[in-house]
Amino acid sequence: MADEKQTADQELRPSAIIAPGYTFGTVTDQIASVVLTRRTPLFWVTCFAAGFSLLLLLLWSMALLFTKGVGIWGIKIPVGWGFAITNFVWWIGIGHAGTLISAILLLLNQTWRNSINRFAEAMTLFAVACAGLFPLLHMGRPWLFYWLFPYPNTMGVQPQFRSPLVWDVFAVSTYATVSFLFWFVGLMPDLATLRDRAGNRLARGIYGILAMGWRGSAKHWANHEVASLLLAGLATPLVLSVHTVVSFDFTIAIVPGWHSTFFPPYFVAGAIYSGFAMVLVLAIPLRWVYGLQGLITDKHLENSAKVMLATGLIVAYAYIMETFTAWYSGNVYETAAFWHRMTGPYASVYWFLITCNIVAPQALWIKKVRSTPALLFLSSIVVLMGMWLERYVIIVSSLAQDFLVSSWRVFHPTRWDWATFVGTIGLFTFLFFIFIRLLPMISIFEVRTLLPEAKVEEEAS
Amino acid sequence: MKRPPIYGVMAEFDSPTSLVNAAREARNRGYTKLDAYSPFPIEALSEALKLPRSKLPLIVLIGGILGGLTGYLMQYYVTVIYFPINIGGRPLHSWPMYIVITFELTILFAALSTVFGLLALCGFPMPYHPVFNVPRFALASRNRFFLCIEAIDPLFDRKNTETFLESLNAREVSEVAH
Repeated sequence: MADEKQTADQELRPSAIIAPGYTFGTVTDQIASVVLTRRTPLFWVTCFAAGFSLLLLLLWSMALLFTKGVGIWGIKIPVGWGFAITNFVWWIGIGHAGTLISAILLLLNQTWRNSINRFAEAMTLFAVACAGLFPLLHMGRPWLFYWLFPYPNTMGVQPQFRSPLVWDVFAVSTYATVSFLFWFVGLMPDLATLRDRAGNRLARGIYGILAMGWRGSAKHWANHEVASLLLAGLATPLVLSVHTVVSFDFTIAIVPGWHSTFFPPYFVAGAIYSGFAMVLVLAIPLRWVYGLQGLITDKHLENSAKVMLATGLIVAYAYIMETFTAWYSGNVYETAAFWHRMTGPYASVYWFLITCNIVAPQALWIKKVRSTPALLFLSSIVVLMGMWLERYVIIVSSLAQDFLVSSWRVFHPTRWDWATFVGTIGLFTFLFFIFIRLLPMISIFEVRTLLPEAKVEEEAS
Repeated sequence: MKRPPIYGVMAEFDSPTSLVNAAREARNRGYTKLDAYSPFPIEALSEALKLPRSKLPLIVLIGGILGGLTGYLMQYYVTVIYFPINIGGRPLHSWPMYIVITFELTILFAALSTVFGLLALCGFPMPYHPVFNVPRFALASRNRFFLCIEAIDPLFDRKNTETFLESLNAREVSEVAH
């Protein structure tokens, strides 16, 4: 009996990232059926409706913003950046986990990523869309956004290439483009599967056009594999560079609390931290509603939780070092900035962020927490809140109390600040649920490669 | 060359192993115009079919170098020649400040050439292909494996090729219409 159990366990162990009993056919059918069914679950309708309502709120606040100007927000000098840039940094950070899962884990041969990379990449794309909105809205005259690009014009002026804000334009637009390309290349074989399985003529036509004529030939696959690896190799330095460039927006300024050399790694770790939290927030309800526990297993949740814990510790280390260097530098402005952060008008926000980002996630050391989806979901929400507050504290508290006491002013968000922020959560939810309904949320062909029957048995020759 | 009456003959297999073995066998027989179809990438298959190495890396390298040059030269042109701004006498050719955008454009151009290179090497978008005339070929994107020997192969013979494919443990062998 004991022996039998042991062998059964051993058979299970290597495939803990996919439940036993799946075949090429059942994997395909289960993932494709989410898209190809006529039945839409109530959960989907509810989330989509919520996302759509918030999207309308976003459109309303944008319309107001365009007619009245950025004065509807709480930003007043010296706090010129407020919510818009906080939201920008937060959203773009969330996107980073998707690229980490799809590119870096691919290069590291972590096959467990195969069942979560597709929706994580979609998450990246939509998070970057939300992020990209904010600098545009914040510009004051968003209809002139194209002035950011170098193009021959009658004014005879050009962008200042020595400014990190212009670097940001290039970094974020490249990131959005490359993320989209990577996502689309991964989708091609699955679009072909949907084309071949769709019953509806229109659906077959649309998936067929998008699949571009993919027929799974050995030549296609050989080129496709090379393309995926190359894109992964390109996306890996890119993703690290994007948040580095975002952090340059701060470090290159001389504002105390911003002017610091370790912002790039600190920002990248924070980005991955919040991104994995978002992956869990999305994966836990989805696998439950669509019965995908066999493909997105507890192992995936646990691995993501471990990455969250590790990056969370890096973030904790950064907080400690940030405070230490402020004190050790002996710079009076730097020391004052941190002292204000901890005891000044933003003290409650600061300590709440420390609780969310450093204290609460220590619960992830406990295996019981990592293996209980409900608790994981909760801690991910806490981390997402904590990371948003971190961006808020860095940006707002540093600006509110700079060098001259006479220019200090505390920032108060208005309801339109909140409406725009909550509105982008709506935009994200809206886009994400459209994706869930119309495209396979798990990469079908990559999951097929994980099955034991996908192995080619070599003849002894 | 006269167009042959059919596109080729196609055999259907159950498992990746039988497909790889069949492909190797056909290659050893001397068939050269053949293609294998599978629902996921099989590494051993390219080797069995003796596919040439992908040209994609070269395309991407060229794209990346072009992107880097574009980024650097664009910034040089704008900041030194077209729109020079003297800030406290600092040099106009401030190359460390060019690095970020040079890097971003390198990645952007390389990624675009990866995708367009992939599409070009696969011949996409391709609105029509004869293999889809076999009704069971829809399963090539689900759980079946196919090997197609094309009629333009010098060794191709409607009868003999069919019997050869049948001898390879195929589930089903069918002719592919144009």
